[in-house]
Amino acid sequence: MRVTVTVNGQPHTREVEPRLLLVHFLRDELGLTGTHWGCDTSNCGVCTVRLDGVPVKSCTVLAVMADGHEVTTVEGLERDGELDTVQKGFVECHGLQCGFCTPGMLLTARWLLDRDPDPDETRIREAISGQLCRCTGYENIVRSIRWAAASEQEARS
Amino acid sequence: MSFGRMHRKEDARFIRGRGTYTDDVRLPGMLYGAVLRSPHAHARIVSVDASAAEAHPKVKAVITGRTLEGLGLAWMPTLSRDTQAVLATDKVRFQGQEVAFVVAEDPYSARDALELIDVEYDPLDAVVDARRALDPGAPVIRDDLEGRTGNHIFDWEAGDRARTDALFEQAEVTVAQDMIYPRVHPAPLETCGAVADFDKVTGKLTVWCPTQAPHAHRTLYAMVAGLPEHKIRVISPDIGGGFGGKVGIYPGYVCAIVGSIVTGRPVKWMEDRSENLMSTAFARDYHMRGEIAATRDGRIQAIRVKVLADHGAFNGTAQPTKFPAGFFHVFSGSYDVEAAHCEVTGVYTNKAPGGVAYACSFRVTEAVYLVERLVDMLAAELGLDPAELRMRNLLRPEQFPYVSPTGWEYDSGDYPKALRLALDLAGYDELRAEQADRRARGELMGIGISFFTEAVGAGPRKHMDILGLGMADGAELRVHPTGKAVLRVSCQSQGQGHETTFAQIVGQELGIPADDVEVVHGDTDQTPFGLGTYGSRSTPVSGAATALVARKVRDRAKIVAAAMLEASPDDLEWAGGRWSVVGDPSTGKSLAELALAAHSDLELPEGVEGHLDAAIVYNPPNLTYPFGAYICVVDVDPGTGQVKVRRFVAVDDCGVRINPMIVEGQIHGGLADGVGMALMQVMAFDEDGNHLGASFMDYLLPTAVECPSWELGETVTPSPAHPIGAKGVGESATVGSPPAVVNAVVDALGPYGIRHADMPLTPANVWRVVQGRPFRTDLAIP
Repeated sequence: MRVTVTVNGQPHTREVEPRLLLVHFLRDELGLTGTHWGCDTSNCGVCTVRLDGVPVKSCTVLAVMADGHEVTTVEGLERDGELDTVQKGFVECHGLQCGFCTPGMLLTARWLLDRDPDPDETRIREAISGQLCRCTGYENIVRSIRWAAASEQEARS
Repeated sequence: MSFGRMHRKEDARFIRGRGTYTDDVRLPGMLYGAVLRSPHAHARIVSVDASAAEAHPKVKAVITGRTLEGLGLAWMPTLSRDTQAVLATDKVRFQGQEVAFVVAEDPYSARDALELIDVEYDPLDAVVDARRALDPGAPVIRDDLEGRTGNHIFDWEAGDRARTDALFEQAEVTVAQDMIYPRVHPAPLETCGAVADFDKVTGKLTVWCPTQAPHAHRTLYAMVAGLPEHKIRVISPDIGGGFGGKVGIYPGYVCAIVGSIVTGRPVKWMEDRSENLMSTAFARDYHMRGEIAATRDGRIQAIRVKVLADHGAFNGTAQPTKFPAGFFHVFSGSYDVEAAHCEVTGVYTNKAPGGVAYACSFRVTEAVYLVERLVDMLAAELGLDPAELRMRNLLRPEQFPYVSPTGWEYDSGDYPKALRLALDLAGYDELRAEQADRRARGELMGIGISFFTEAVGAGPRKHMDILGLGMADGAELRVHPTGKAVLRVSCQSQGQGHETTFAQIVGQELGIPADDVEVVHGDTDQTPFGLGTYGSRSTPVSGAATALVARKVRDRAKIVAAAMLEASPDDLEWAGGRWSVVGDPSTGKSLAELALAAHSDLELPEGVEGHLDAAIVYNPPNLTYPFGAYICVVDVDPGTGQVKVRRFVAVDDCGVRINPMIVEGQIHGGLADGVGMALMQVMAFDEDGNHLGASFMDYLLPTAVECPSWELGETVTPSPAHPIGAKGVGESATVGSPPAVVNAVVDALGPYGIRHADMPLTPANVWRVVQGRPFRTDLAIP
């Protein structure tokens, strides 16, 4: 089947098998390896991307379902050489170790702050509860997101 | 100078999604492999018919056990001097065992073709309960091993049996308890996999795989594949978590290599989550009976332990071969006991092999859990506060170096200080008061303490090896003319932040910015030989090697400085990051100046060959012994049995902290692991050996919602066995936290008369207790 998916603002047209998963489309067809593959059951969240702005687990979305839609991956977070605030937050607060869950965490964090610029700790923990991290114990991920929220608030004021 | 908090150098690529994990490696002409796995836990293989799969238009090769047999590769050595089937030939011995390997043009076709392979099995009775495995009538799992008529692997003991028994006979108080540390899985988010590329022209094999021990892998590949070691290059790229599960070699790696040799093209194999949970290294699976003897006033005298250790179908534990039960004999923990004795019996069962994975530092996890549960039970028996009982028995600072009853020399520590700090941070007395109030209102609140001593940094060659390879590590330091440096180390990061930590060590030792030091690891062609990263050995071993190789460079630079300053080397001192004449700092020469001079036309003195580069192999004199005191506060909902970890206070002492930010991050992760193991994680099997949790829908891991905000404290007792006084920390929290959580839950359930409960303390299990029903202690085998 022929699909056209706009990824990080760039349209890509490919001939794909109907069963091809979005995660494999991104990784193998487009070479965007920042989106990882971890469990096939939507539980671990390392494959999280934003589909029309909403975080989805790309291991359980078919590429054909993304036809005509917009996808944002971690590669699309940085703008004009400037890191997104959530990326800066993760560096600042040591919100990552092995880096495998990080792209998904960043995309969910961005989504959360787009909807709720000042989330409290409980809200942050709920927002990332669909995503596993085996290294950080979540503490610094939560801090990173709060850091990003505070710094965006400060920039606005 | 360079020690202290600094942002991680490796983050720059990870936050952009620019890391290179094994599955990110793509080579021209690459093919894809997939493994056919056994649906049975125990069955004879009658026949394997791969003809339909071979006829699939996109399939390039099908490899079976018979194919490998023809190549002499059907079996491989494990890390415990056992053998493991690469692809089963005679029979399958656990559910998920590797039976055949398909190589195809794309990964989906490879999986399609697996379904075209027709394997006829003759099912056999399975044994998945370690206690049953030793029954005379139990099915013999390893009938491939000559002369084997049962499932017994080894008996091993440590300590003084006679003295321990005598103390027990005279003891005023004894407490005994059977406990299970259930089988769990480290479940790193990146599964295992490999990309193998055999170049027929040069005869060179390159393997990318997420290994924690690239050099050991290379040696083993050479041994298995019969390829010369200098023609093998193992590249361990970025690794998405290891936790010990990526130390061993899995059949898929060997199949990918054979696939590349057979097809002449690169072959990638990546396992999926179910495969990872079913077939790669598990952890724990210890059935323990622990006993503690004490005086009535709470003086612990002796500890006695018997363990039945389930090692699965092939003994593939990564541990020093001289200790079949790893470092389990630190089970006397942090206490000053007169005598101790343990016996461990290892058995085969129809479960996946591996063992000693998951941040457990060679079985210290089980040992600490056992003793910390026993101490709590003793406190209950004596009617003493568990904090007070610990305080009465902890080793005192003046006892270090302390030789334990089982012969280990603990390097340094101030245990009472750490416990006092944890009690203060937690507000222990207030918590106990609050608990009393809540209990009066019928609420279930629990406070759990654990104190642990770890044994990390394996290890001294005289004691420790893997497969006969001594556990030393190499480091090479090259200093460019401009004073920038490249450090090459044999250990490999799985997220610990080596590129930053080791750069900081070099920076500290040489007086240059850490940013001027590039750390190269994870490539056997570029790094010196060494045993890699596991058992929290990076900082204790490779970190020590790094400090010492930097000091070697500094010594070379001193000779150059002496020539430049026209002084005797004996008259120079290293101060402020420069060599200068004693008492005259104005003469100082920085490392950058000396590096340039060493490469210049300066007439070089004897002992300097035109550069400052140095290399070292570090054989640690002793293990390092980090320790800590943890306090967990839980609330238990009597209506649902749900346990909520409300607070967790962790005081760690890992000696000198190179980058406190990274140390704290390591501790956070380990604490979450411990909460997960205590409350939700278990690899369960039915009696036929069917895996009951081969996905993240069934095998539960803690999320951000189950984890509290961790409260950390620290004390610093430098290790005298380490050049910069550092101790390992990667596993401390995983070792120390499960007993704190379990002690807290048992404490909460005190009103129900509970004295012990086995992990995992799931809502269903806790609810049973609240309903007055007995705990199920056999959860691993429902």
